Amino acid sequence: MKYSEKVMDHFTNPRNVGEIENADGVGVVGNAKCGDIMKMYLKIDENDVIVDCKFKTFGCGAAIATSSMATELVKGHTIDEALKLTNSAVVEALDGLPPVKVHCSVLAEEAIKTAVADYYNKIGRPVDFEIEKAHDEE
Amino acid sequence: MNEKRFRLKGEQVSRFVYADNAATTPVSSAVIDAMMPCFTQDFGNPSSLHQAGRRAKDVLDSARASIASSLGCEPSEIYFTSCGTESDNWAIRGAASRMKKKGRTHIVTTKIEHHAVLHTCEALEREGYTVTYVGVDEYGRVDLNELRAAVSDKTALVSVMYANNEVGTIQPIREAAEIAHSVGAIMFTDAVQAVGAIEINLEELPVDMLSFSGHKLHAPKGIGALYIRRGLVIDNLIEGGGQEKRRRGGTENLPYIVGLAKALEIAVNKIKDLPRVEKMRDRLISELTKIPYSRLNGHPTERLPGNVNIGFEFIEGESMLLWLDISGICASTGSACSSASLDPSHVLLAMGVPHERAHGSLRLSISHDTTDEDIDYIIETLPPIIEKLRNMSPLWEEIVKKEAAKV
Repeated sequence: MKYSEKVMDHFTNPRNVGEIENADGVGVVGNAKCGDIMKMYLKIDENDVIVDCKFKTFGCGAAIATSSMATELVKGHTIDEALKLTNSAVVEALDGLPPVKVHCSVLAEEAIKTAVADYYNKIGRPVDFEIEKAHDEE
Repeated sequence: MNEKRFRLKGEQVSRFVYADNAATTPVSSAVIDAMMPCFTQDFGNPSSLHQAGRRAKDVLDSARASIASSLGCEPSEIYFTSCGTESDNWAIRGAASRMKKKGRTHIVTTKIEHHAVLHTCEALEREGYTVTYVGVDEYGRVDLNELRAAVSDKTALVSVMYANNEVGTIQPIREAAEIAHSVGAIMFTDAVQAVGAIEINLEELPVDMLSFSGHKLHAPKGIGALYIRRGLVIDNLIEGGGQEKRRRGGTENLPYIVGLAKALEIAVNKIKDLPRVEKMRDRLISELTKIPYSRLNGHPTERLPGNVNIGFEFIEGESMLLWLDISGICASTGSACSSASLDPSHVLLAMGVPHERAHGSLRLSISHDTTDEDIDYIIETLPPIIEKLRNMSPLWEEIVKKEAAKV
């Protein structure tokens, strides 16, 4: 198994690691049992633009790299654009992932959407999108 | 020696430390030297009648005799195979089908065996045999009471590994063999991790079959052997041209057989140096378990001299391996992320290690080639890696907040 240079770059120099105090939306997905947990924090302005996005991840190289790439792909974009982010777009941006690691990219997509859903819940907006789960429910 | 030999082209590594000897080992130069004549002068087929064949047959015989003397058995009890996995498959399948004719269709093994044993047993279950997988204690030692309760006069075979490949725990083989024999079952031990790593004397060890592999003891990949006690007959796995007393077909892989004999001879001679390896192992264990939220996996004393396995909480093993690799250290993990499944190591789970901690396990397997400087380097390299990964772990974040709240 070999990771692309892009994956290794995002693994060794992950972008946007950390927490956002008083984040507008927080999404935690995955579980420790399966070996990966992603926590995504979003700061959203009055125009529905994601002005900041940070993450913390417990997981393998691919989990860290996909989290990092996902934050890059949504930061500065509107919520609508972020909701259109697919796991395959994350994989493509990383120049591919080994087949056994594709579920990590699903987890990244799930994390962003879960954070947006949290934001919607906070402001009383109906959650009108579906979230694909990377892992089966325990 | 390691650094120069292993430095990969173009890689900017200040140091290279190979700490994955349980996965495979480099072939030692003495072994290569011993093998070389078999490619050119002693190239004959040992089955041929002519002088080239006779010469090859002599080389084969003396390699077999050397292995027998290293292990304390008769040359006629050693059968060469292509690898440890083949030896395991042969021992289990051969004994199972042989004993079936006597009405014994039950196999007893443990939950922590290598996949070469476990998957063979699972295949036999699909073929109609029943298999009992005996558990282990928290240190990875087979539960002898459970083993005793599992065997019956229907038991064909008891298969217990000599030492575990992941956590290094050495098993009570003598006791397990006594239990097997008490019901008339065959006792087999997969000793792939043990042969060459610790002293084994078949003269005093009451097992009926024992498998081992070349590449774990500085011989090449692609050579293994099975010891079958004299008088024991098991069915063949590989039919062919009558080699190995008609019990394992295929032209003998003479260069590799010679390599295996040489490697084993060297390993046996080095057994007196094992305290040095154990000292390095124990230094790794005592220093690395000083890291908060870490714990040794496996038995504190009944463990292979070169095996270190430590679980670090709140981080995942593959990430640790990638950073170690960037720092020039080759190691291994029981994390699921190094495999296609989402489940971590079956060995750690059988020992009762929770999934969360099993994902953060690190195995370092050192050898006689390891130096004190290598150990220093691992001890200074690992803690900052763990700190870096914990700082980006949401699980660690919770711990830090909890601890802050306490103050």
